[in-house]
Amino acid sequence: MSASVTHGMPRTQLSKKSGPKSRKNFRFSWKEGYIGFAYLIPAGTLFVTFMLTPLIQTFNLSLWDWSGIQGAPATWVGLDNYRQVLSDPESLSALSHSMVFILTFCIIPVSLGITFAALFSRQKIAGLVFFRTVVFLPQVIASVVIGIAWRWVYQDRGTLNQFLGFFGIESTRGWLGDFDWALPAVGVIGSWVMTGLCMVLFLSGVGRIDSDLYDAVKVDGGGAFREFFSVTLPGLRPELTVATTITIIAALRTFDIVFVTTKGGPGKETIVPGTEIYRLAFRENAIGEAATMAVVLAIIVFTLVRTVAWLLRDRDGINT
Amino acid sequence: MTQAIGQPTVVRRTRTKKMDARTFVFKVLMYAFLTMTATIVLIPMISLFTVSLQPADASTTSLSWPTNPDWENYVIAWTKGDFPLPMLMLNSLLVALAVVPIGVTVSVLAGYAFGTMKFPGSNILFYIFMIGLVMPFEATIVPLYYQLRSMGLINNLWGVILPQVALFCAFGIFWMRQFFMASPPALVEAARIDGANSLRILRSVLLPIAWPPVLTLATLMFIWSWNEFLLSLVVLDRGTRTAPSGLGTFMGQWVSDIPALSAAAIIIALPTVLLYIALNRKIISGILQGAVKG
Repeated sequence: MSASVTHGMPRTQLSKKSGPKSRKNFRFSWKEGYIGFAYLIPAGTLFVTFMLTPLIQTFNLSLWDWSGIQGAPATWVGLDNYRQVLSDPESLSALSHSMVFILTFCIIPVSLGITFAALFSRQKIAGLVFFRTVVFLPQVIASVVIGIAWRWVYQDRGTLNQFLGFFGIESTRGWLGDFDWALPAVGVIGSWVMTGLCMVLFLSGVGRIDSDLYDAVKVDGGGAFREFFSVTLPGLRPELTVATTITIIAALRTFDIVFVTTKGGPGKETIVPGTEIYRLAFRENAIGEAATMAVVLAIIVFTLVRTVAWLLRDRDGINT
Repeated sequence: MTQAIGQPTVVRRTRTKKMDARTFVFKVLMYAFLTMTATIVLIPMISLFTVSLQPADASTTSLSWPTNPDWENYVIAWTKGDFPLPMLMLNSLLVALAVVPIGVTVSVLAGYAFGTMKFPGSNILFYIFMIGLVMPFEATIVPLYYQLRSMGLINNLWGVILPQVALFCAFGIFWMRQFFMASPPALVEAARIDGANSLRILRSVLLPIAWPPVLTLATLMFIWSWNEFLLSLVVLDRGTRTAPSGLGTFMGQWVSDIPALSAAAIIIALPTVLLYIALNRKIISGILQGAVKG
């Protein structure tokens, strides 16, 4: 597929560079061009109705005080909900838990994945296909099922305590009910889900790097570190951008796994923006505040995604 | 994956003895690391499986093969567990079977327009669609719920199907656009010279060669739809829920029969896992390429 994608590139360049006469050959003519809109209507209608409108409505709802009950009046409160949410210790702790999740969903898996790819990229690995299939498995399993599986790992007579017992550490801690350990325990589930994805992603990226570049470093007398920083890391820039973006979004939007493993508990130790939105809107009828939380979440997601794209932008245009 | 098995041995023989030992140690460490990683990934799943075979009344130790593996738990989970699993599974299936054809169709049409035609605003419109790649349901669920309520779609499978299509089509459009952009222009040109209109070109020239990406897209949409949680939790009611959200809520309320619940979880995971085992290369490369090109 990647080969056929590059195959298509000259066409795009040609149509940009060539004059009006050849343009007619490569694009549909002006009048026909409007037909393009017709093809967008089915997807567009659904997208505008069920994605774009709600997204804009979220901003609108965040400016009102409303119970959500049919026929109940809504009161305009301007930015009051934002003042409320951004000074509420509970919302702030939900947001700070998200930052912990960025560490466990994003930074740890991406680091592990890139280390893995750098170490083993140039090895012939027997059984690689099997390995890839296994570590990618968490991507296709419903997070509810993952959550339940991990509940049994973390329970007082669970797999983790059995494992610790194997090393002579007797523990009967129920990890998910422990005030200190619940948050890292849930975070580790994120690392478990994301690390395989990152490994497979970086491995496929490394395979694409021109092996002449490695030879060049070797000829220059460069060691493993030089090889990593001057060839592997720059070569993996597109994969790095993608892995970071996907895992950051996953960290911030976490809902299913928390809902199934801890419901935000014990106390409020593992609440996240997703569970707060759900609680405020569908348990406490505080629609304005729920929408405000959603806007704050959306802004953070968007800002971080843009920041990642900017930080990992192609500075010297070597890779396209 | 090109693997030349046996080749390393040949190469190693020609090298110095010191190099030989180092490579050997490295290989051992590498395979130890790979095995460990794969084991860590599998252990929670194996725990779930062993728990599902424990006798219902025993307090369970997660990772231990029960003396009498109780396969009966799967029957209990299916027929008389705490919740109506067959109905939940049927709902999930109905949702996915609607989401996949609708989602693929609208994605193919829009991807075709973005991939082969230039029209005013096409770039901006494309980027607007791509918002769907970044924004999760968590960001839109509150007004979405009230909008669905005003449309009478609460507690209705269409209330889950249509928003899912809207969310997933962002990827679908992106994915199909990629394919159409890469399709040989000569093919389209020849048909155009023959006087075929754009719909005809799509139907009889491009779609016949588009089935591999279409199949991958359909598979991915099926998996995403089957696993979707928050939307069906909020929009659907107890009996009409899809399998994951149904399981999730029962999980939260009371857990009386842990082995049967685990059996139910495994049954729910089975369709996507089987699909994955059958088509894993397509699925992996689909997710990876979709991701990297985005």
